[in-house]
Amino acid sequence: MHMADALISPLVGGAMWAATAGLTAYGARKLKEKADDSMVPLMGVLGAFIFAVQMINFTIPGTGSSGHLGGGMILSILLGPCAAFLTMASVLTVQALFFADGGLLALGCNIFNLAFFPCFIAYPVIYRKIAGERPTRRRLAVGAVASSILALQMGALGVVLETLFSGISELPFSTFLFLMLSIHLAIGVVEGLVTAAVVTFVCKAHPEILEMAAVPRPPARPAMNNVLAGLLVVTVVTGGALSWFASANPDGLEWSMFHTSGKEALEAADQGPYALAARLQEKTAFLPDYGFRPVEQETATSGEGGAAAEAGKGKAEDWPDVSAGKSLSGLLGAAMTLLLAGLIGLGLRKSQQKR
Amino acid sequence: MEKTGSSLLDVTYLDTLSYQDTPVHRLDPRVKVLTTLLFIVCVVSFNKYELSALLPFVIYPVVLVALGNLPLGYLVKKVLLAAPFALLIGIFNPLLDRAVLIHLGSVEISGGWVSFASIMLRFVLTVSAALILVASTSFNAVCVALEKLGAPSAFTVQLLFLYRYIFVLADEAWRMVRARSLRSFGGRGMELKVSSLMIGQLLLRTLDRAQRIHRAMRCRGFDGEIRTVRRLRLGYRDLLFLVGCSALFLFMRLHDVPRWLGDTTMALMR
Repeated sequence: MHMADALISPLVGGAMWAATAGLTAYGARKLKEKADDSMVPLMGVLGAFIFAVQMINFTIPGTGSSGHLGGGMILSILLGPCAAFLTMASVLTVQALFFADGGLLALGCNIFNLAFFPCFIAYPVIYRKIAGERPTRRRLAVGAVASSILALQMGALGVVLETLFSGISELPFSTFLFLMLSIHLAIGVVEGLVTAAVVTFVCKAHPEILEMAAVPRPPARPAMNNVLAGLLVVTVVTGGALSWFASANPDGLEWSMFHTSGKEALEAADQGPYALAARLQEKTAFLPDYGFRPVEQETATSGEGGAAAEAGKGKAEDWPDVSAGKSLSGLLGAAMTLLLAGLIGLGLRKSQQKR
Repeated sequence: MEKTGSSLLDVTYLDTLSYQDTPVHRLDPRVKVLTTLLFIVCVVSFNKYELSALLPFVIYPVVLVALGNLPLGYLVKKVLLAAPFALLIGIFNPLLDRAVLIHLGSVEISGGWVSFASIMLRFVLTVSAALILVASTSFNAVCVALEKLGAPSAFTVQLLFLYRYIFVLADEAWRMVRARSLRSFGGRGMELKVSSLMIGQLLLRTLDRAQRIHRAMRCRGFDGEIRTVRRLRLGYRDLLFLVGCSALFLFMRLHDVPRWLGDTTMALMR
């Protein structure tokens, strides 16, 4: 469920980057306060462990396919929330850089979905509550399963919301939500079972390892929760409000850009009842403008900006040939651009090899 | 299993690529990180039906691949391997958005296909930019750059450690998996129970290793702080690259270059 750059808007990506940057700084500070220097190598090696574990695959019961462990929950149980968050963040960063699993701008979203939810929500709210102060093996297992399922559900919800606010994908909210939640319910159950099995195994072999993470309780838990809740609310509100604004008022935004810059700059005017109506009504007249917009007023086609504006008002009759011409020149320009780029690349490579 | 195994080999290959000596590799890592981020933000910030204005951005990966002596075929393969997610989400656009957007003579292209093509183009651009960053910059340098740019040192140290031990632990996991497959036939030993025990075993070994590493570090004077050797100097080439790329990206963001080229050519032909 790693999100890709191609599917998010800069606004959503930036907001989630800001949120995760804040969380990372918070986690790093908290870790420093603890001043336990054995944590440094432990976190690093456990991060690498998460990668290595993905090579040990297993058959998913009931189906023939095989799966592997995600890791956020098991890290939280072993390391505690802050250290687990930093470790997961580093794992996701390496995945984004080397495996192209999720993009760099989407890294904020991915860290939030796959590290924040298990470490800061599912772990303290579910796992610790169920496992309790003196955990028995049964309570450990139940806690691990329940928190893994919940963490993945919240992560899936995060993916859906971030995709929705970005407005690049056409997937309707309810369908996407249903698909993601049901798929991740199945994944969560399997992940929970494996996590529980590993945790109980460790508990049997080396019970002191689990106590290590559980005992040093940060006294400032309520304050932390407030900060996190605040961050969450701010992120959701800004992201939601801004993208609602951007998509609910496409005509206003377009109109103002047209008037300020003298050209018709287009924003994603794809959602909301107004845009739908406009799309149905002016299928041929208004929308060709989206594909290849008129930009340069000073070129030979300087009349087209005005023509486009007029056509937007409903003068559709002279449009088909204009749009065909526009498409043709667009295709021509696209081909020339790619050709130029390729030639520049070839030339540079040649000159590089000569040296 | 095969996928993860081969992709870990890929990490090794990317790592060797990043130690070449070319103009791109010599650039300051901070400059490369910033330029890559700016590139991605510019590419992603177009509206969802944009195609033509996105095309000129191809120039950035093309130039870096050419100057950085990076293997084009390998990068293309990596990008394609990562494509399924974007493909899976993007393919719904043509199904759901059927309003006709472009007329090419008698052929009509729906908005869904345009936005789908736009998604895939964005995907190729952003993923290749990220891959080029690590293929042209050693991971240590990326971490130092991140720290210099303000990332908390606990995080960058974590990245360095993780990267150092991925190979060690992957080897260990690989040996366990091989041992299991040598001793089991017809999918036995693949059950949840056995696998969980193996994971638990690996975890115990990992924890032991962490303890040994910690002791070794203490013996060498580790006091909770890791000091990376910093020898970053911003030269005029670096600044030139940063300013030049930023200006180029902004220009391409604000002006639809292919459209302008096409219009001019059409006007000349008339």
